Amino acid sequence: MHFMKSLELTAIIENLDQFISFVHACSEECGFEGKRAMAIELAVEEALVNIFSYAYPEGGGQVKMCCTLNNGKEFVIEISDEGIPFDVLSRSDPDTTADIGDRAIGGLGIFFIKKVADDVRYSRNNDINILTIVFLV
Amino acid sequence: MELNVKNEEKAVLVCVTGRMDATSSPEFEKELGRLIDEGNANFVIDLAGLDYISSSGLRSVLVTAKKLKGKNGQILLASLQAVVKEVFEISGFSTIIPIHESVEEAMTVL
Repeated sequence: MHFMKSLELTAIIENLDQFISFVHACSEECGFEGKRAMAIELAVEEALVNIFSYAYPEGGGQVKMCCTLNNGKEFVIEISDEGIPFDVLSRSDPDTTADIGDRAIGGLGIFFIKKVADDVRYSRNNDINILTIVFLV
Repeated sequence: MELNVKNEEKAVLVCVTGRMDATSSPEFEKELGRLIDEGNANFVIDLAGLDYISSSGLRSVLVTAKKLKGKNGQILLASLQAVVKEVFEISGFSTIIPIHESVEEAMTVL
């Protein structure tokens, strides 16, 4: 089964729901359901919120999401933006053992992506940040 | 996300249904902040109807918990769905925010 769909919108929080609905429909079409479908939505939300928050300090940029099914085995989500260079994967993990007083607010999003996805990769080409998130079927 | 607030004998009971994501979580944080400012210190959050939570949702729970700690108050979570509980566990939040099987159980520890 060949599958490839993409969606490109302005990188603002108001568009989160549209992106999530889009990836939900794509993952469903590729056979994901229940807990795994939710994991896909979670990874996508976390990636997008980082872009919405940090990619365009001046505002007004775009973010593109492309969903592909490779060889019927890999559901690949490629999220790209033309914002400032930002390797999300270079951030260190939050201390998940810290107690309430010491627990930092923030930092969990990237951690979740790494935890729930089967593979995550970052690259930057021609001034474009590309985050690739893979879920095995 | 929908919030339903009830004043119970031992705590304010907040029933959350829907999703706590980056779009909806600020509303949770704002509402809990408002209730705390009104002088309420003990909260039980019924999450039976919560289908999804992201780091934004966890963030708003943590912000609320930190505020309450400063006022010697408490926030307890009850009736988490399996997928939501897993998010709390992966993040380590399950060890810093009390999680109970039911609202009744949460109320007994207050």
